[in-house]
Amino acid sequence: MNINGKVWKYGANVDTDVIIPARYLNVSDPRELAKHCMEDIDAAFVREVRQGDVIVATTNFGCGSSREHAPLSIKASGVSCVVAKSFARIFYRNAINIGLPILECEEAIDMTDAGDVIEVDLASGRITNITKGRDFQAKPYPEFMLKIMAAGGLVEHTRAALAAR
Amino acid sequence: MTLAEKILAAHCGAKEVSPGDLVSVKADVVLANDITAPLALREFARIGVDKVFDPKRVVFVADHFVPNKDIKSAEQVKEIREFARHHGILWYDVGEMGIEHVLLPEQGIVLPGDVVVGADSHTCTYGALGAFATGMGSTDIAVAMATGEIWMKVPPTLRFVFDGRLQPWVSGKDLILYTIGQIGVDGALYASMEFAGRAIDRLDMAGRFTIANMAIEAGAKAGLFALDDKTMEYVRPRARREFVAYQADGDARYAGVFEYDASKIEPQISFPHLPSNTKPISAVGNVAIDQSIIGSCTNGRLEDLRVAAQVLKGRKVHRYVRCIIIPGTQTVYMQALREGLIEAFIEAGAAVSTPTCGPCLGGHMGIMAAGERAISTTNRNFVGRMGHVESEVYLSNPAIAAASAVLGRIGSPDELA
Ligand code: SF4
Repeated sequence: MNINGKVWKYGANVDTDVIIPARYLNVSDPRELAKHCMEDIDAAFVREVRQGDVIVATTNFGCGSSREHAPLSIKASGVSCVVAKSFARIFYRNAINIGLPILECEEAIDMTDAGDVIEVDLASGRITNITKGRDFQAKPYPEFMLKIMAAGGLVEHTRAALAAR
Repeated sequence: MTLAEKILAAHCGAKEVSPGDLVSVKADVVLANDITAPLALREFARIGVDKVFDPKRVVFVADHFVPNKDIKSAEQVKEIREFARHHGILWYDVGEMGIEHVLLPEQGIVLPGDVVVGADSHTCTYGALGAFATGMGSTDIAVAMATGEIWMKVPPTLRFVFDGRLQPWVSGKDLILYTIGQIGVDGALYASMEFAGRAIDRLDMAGRFTIANMAIEAGAKAGLFALDDKTMEYVRPRARREFVAYQADGDARYAGVFEYDASKIEPQISFPHLPSNTKPISAVGNVAIDQSIIGSCTNGRLEDLRVAAQVLKGRKVHRYVRCIIIPGTQTVYMQALREGLIEAFIEAGAAVSTPTCGPCLGGHMGIMAAGERAISTTNRNFVGRMGHVESEVYLSNPAIAAASAVLGRIGSPDELA
């Protein structure tokens, strides 16, 4: 899958409370959640985000609460991919499990600004900043995770594993 | 092998595991709450099995928005209540529920040597019992509910050694806030933290639960304590099944060792908006507060309430402060009542609530307006955590939160006449 979109850039330790505040967690419908995605850190996000856009952040993205509502709301808001220097571990698992592509790449983050247009080739992990004309290589996924992603998420992977038993 | 490696090896049927290994482990207990269970049920249905792997090992606790604060949260709890009844799983509803991470150890549901996975980031609390307990998302938990197994990467272990005697009013909360202040909110990212040393040996179980609880606030996957007499004393009358007491090997390999002199650590305050923004109480300055929250899975245990009562008894909460005290479980509440703690709180002018997560995550029971400030014994002070995005949360131990409620500003019990 090829991704092409405008960059929303954030700093370190973007926590799941600002990605989707707890006051909205009395529902779990991703489209409802998406209406409030990132609102406590960036009020413009929900208004202006377009299908295919990319979130770029520095370290420890998605720290805090285990709420899967966070990656779900990001995905439902139209974001096609999150690229960060590092992810909090629960967020990382959740994103892979629900099929929100995420990539780790130090260099790309430092060289990318808000509003840049970037392209991502998920299969190879190649990230191209079209605006700046630069290429970067993300860390490869462990093979086990590639299998989950190829199956379409953890639930599909588990169904296939149970069927094979 | 470290304690974490020992437990994971035993649960994946391997003689040995090393950091970085991807393993499929058997879960002893699988947990979800009123926020995370609804999503887990949706994914569970998609897996296509009609039963959970073992109803005695799947636990749902309604604790975040209960007693239900609005229609939507009532609908959510109704959905999981019906699932729980249908499948006969362990289910804690209003009247017997408490905050999950205070409740499960108290009820003997989680035990030493267990692997526990919970759809709640503070599942790591059970590491105080010498269990490998870690938080995950709802989809992971749905899979664990269906299969009793879950994949994990074996984490490296970081060892934190505390020696020295604690100063007055210093507790487990201060040791963990201090640690997070030192290493940062991602200082233990993906790792297992292990706590040891003479100061830890002397700490009661409540203090250990508080420390393990906040391992996630350093990015850790788990936070473990070795088993000792105190653990056994706590567990023995509660355990409803057999358990195995694992010990780390003498030649266990640690990815890092941090040594702290606990006698030099003052009560710690985490300033907004990260738990790592810590200052010792002597460096706080004049910070006026509007609200003081004493409770949560971090500090809602009987020992915490005793300390708060010691400070509040015979005093009055400052007239500009709302002091809200929330016992962690019904058992804690009842015991606090019998010991006269609740009476002391009410006489001091504090509000006492039935167990709930409530204000800790900005759910209900103490939401803040723009510009307001709280001192709180909870574990997170992120932007908007307790209400308006322009409100502020300062984290502390229960003695400081109680003293601050009286003073009207952040301060220590030593400042009270
Ligand atoms: S008390 Fe706070 S941190 Fe603990 S489980 Fe409840 S919401 Fe989460």
